[in-house]
Amino acid sequence: MRASAQLVPALVTSPGSAIAESASTALPPEGAHFALGRLGGKTMTNPTVLAAHGLVKRFGGITATDKVTLELKRGARHALIGPNGAGKTTLVNLLTGVLDPTEGSITLLGEDITRLAPHQRVRRGLVRTFQINQLFNSMTPLQTLAMVISQRDGLGASWWQTLGKSADISARCDHLLEQFHLTDVMHQRTELLAYGKRRLLEIAIALACQPSVLLLDEPVAGVPAGEREELLQTVAALPSDVSVLLIEHDMDLVFSFATRMTVMVNGAVLTEGDPETIANDPRVKAVYLGTGEEHAHD
Amino acid sequence: MKTTAHEALRALSRPKAWEPVLWLLAFAAPLVLSRHALMINEIVIFALFAISLDLILGYTGIVSLGHAAFFGMGAYAAALFAKLVHPDPILGLVFAMAVSTVLGAVCSLTIMRGTDLTRLMVTLGMALILMELANKLDWLTGGADGLQGVVMAPVLGRFEFGLSGTTAVYYSLCVTLLLFLLVRRLVFSPYGATLMAVRDNRLRAMAIGIPVSARLSTIYTIAAAIAGASGALLAQTTGFASLDVFEFHRSADVMLLLVIGGTGWLYGGIAGAVVFKIMYDLLSSVTPQYWTFWIGLFLVVLVMVGRQRLMRPWTWMRK
Repeated sequence: MRASAQLVPALVTSPGSAIAESASTALPPEGAHFALGRLGGKTMTNPTVLAAHGLVKRFGGITATDKVTLELKRGARHALIGPNGAGKTTLVNLLTGVLDPTEGSITLLGEDITRLAPHQRVRRGLVRTFQINQLFNSMTPLQTLAMVISQRDGLGASWWQTLGKSADISARCDHLLEQFHLTDVMHQRTELLAYGKRRLLEIAIALACQPSVLLLDEPVAGVPAGEREELLQTVAALPSDVSVLLIEHDMDLVFSFATRMTVMVNGAVLTEGDPETIANDPRVKAVYLGTGEEHAHD
Repeated sequence: MKTTAHEALRALSRPKAWEPVLWLLAFAAPLVLSRHALMINEIVIFALFAISLDLILGYTGIVSLGHAAFFGMGAYAAALFAKLVHPDPILGLVFAMAVSTVLGAVCSLTIMRGTDLTRLMVTLGMALILMELANKLDWLTGGADGLQGVVMAPVLGRFEFGLSGTTAVYYSLCVTLLLFLLVRRLVFSPYGATLMAVRDNRLRAMAIGIPVSARLSTIYTIAAAIAGASGALLAQTTGFASLDVFEFHRSADVMLLLVIGGTGWLYGGIAGAVVFKIMYDLLSSVTPQYWTFWIGLFLVVLVMVGRQRLMRPWTWMRK
């Protein structure tokens, strides 16, 4: 397995990352996202937004992540799949800064973020959702979103003005609540919401951070059939300028959503390609689809 | 038709009709019950102390068994300032708050890491250290005898602290109202909302870009400043500071007040202080030796049954 992973050539850095680098050195990180958009329009259609280079994470003698190299283009719909224990969650934790890599580096919009704290990465546009809902239970969806948007706007430390005083912030709350079908429950305490609604709020919170890269960790996990459709629609309707990395076991969702896929096995990248190539790759069939792992989860 | 987010958010922070009524009652109380002015003064001071604990415990989820550290520091700072520097109460209050702020900022470094249990122990330890320091530095603090003969100048140069306690209670009430309004402003702000986010889910708070450590340290420091103010009020209005201000029972009592009144709710400390003090006075007049038994029983029942149910006796028989 390890040998086959090393046979896969490390992905070449695309010319886009050079553009991104120059953009971010000239501008503060907050502006970089927008500047990149303009630059992208003129010179490049598809610059790299997030890149991981040779990430390694060892826990004692165990290598959880083995020289993973990954690249996300602007607006990408990229799926990360692999059997249980393949190291997908560890990779997400490395990307978001929950864990420090043993080796390797991560760049976001051309800036090296390998050593940045999680909240600093969020401010630069790298946002994740969680496989198990991580919500603010005593707050209502409305309060939650108003709080997240205020924090995103740099008002998180402002204690003199009232939450939601700005009409712009409440308008954005309204918009998100509508987009995520939460308008009719916006005044309920989050802990009292139905599971499907909680799952929607989980994603709405991430989107309220206005990410340039969104890591979706099994967004439909555990959602009952009746509430699934609503969730799938909102995932499909995510803004097209946001690059999405989807970690998912649900193959229907993966193949309907992703335009590019990375398969991980034993902490390493087995292969990467478009969905058709991946679906027909005998190695993928052997190690992943063939094991029946996926069906064990259904 | 349906309320928009804008209206709903604004309604959250709008003062309820009963809030001004409550404060009017508080300001009327010393006039109506003038014989109890000193007791009301004490209630007001404890309420302010409890409000400061609510900021960290109720709103941010930082447990503390040593909040008396800041209360005591405020009391000693105010008393020493009056004795050694200047007897003006407002100058003394500002000084005491400044000292507690510095202490709070330093102590906030100790509560960042670890579990709730570590925080309980670290905060408890800090209060014990300060108490022993106040005991040892007797050339400054008077040691076990306490700091006596603190004479205050009139408030604003006009209102003398008399024996009746009227000036004292109105001074405490004004300071408490002012600080309360600041705290109220704070908890309904985006900053206040991020504190609740930290309390509810620290992992997610970090994942939406909230600098959790910065939040913990700033609110701990602010709470320390307010606790310092309440300690200063006690020293200034009683003209006395003793080791008792650092005692463990102070930290425990203030947590008890909050549990009685409810945490994460601005008026929990106030309600708790009123109920606790009245219960204390009633019980200790009936059974001077065994009043703690009844306080203990009340606490157990309150926590087991739940505040909501206890306040609604008609629901007790329902399943």
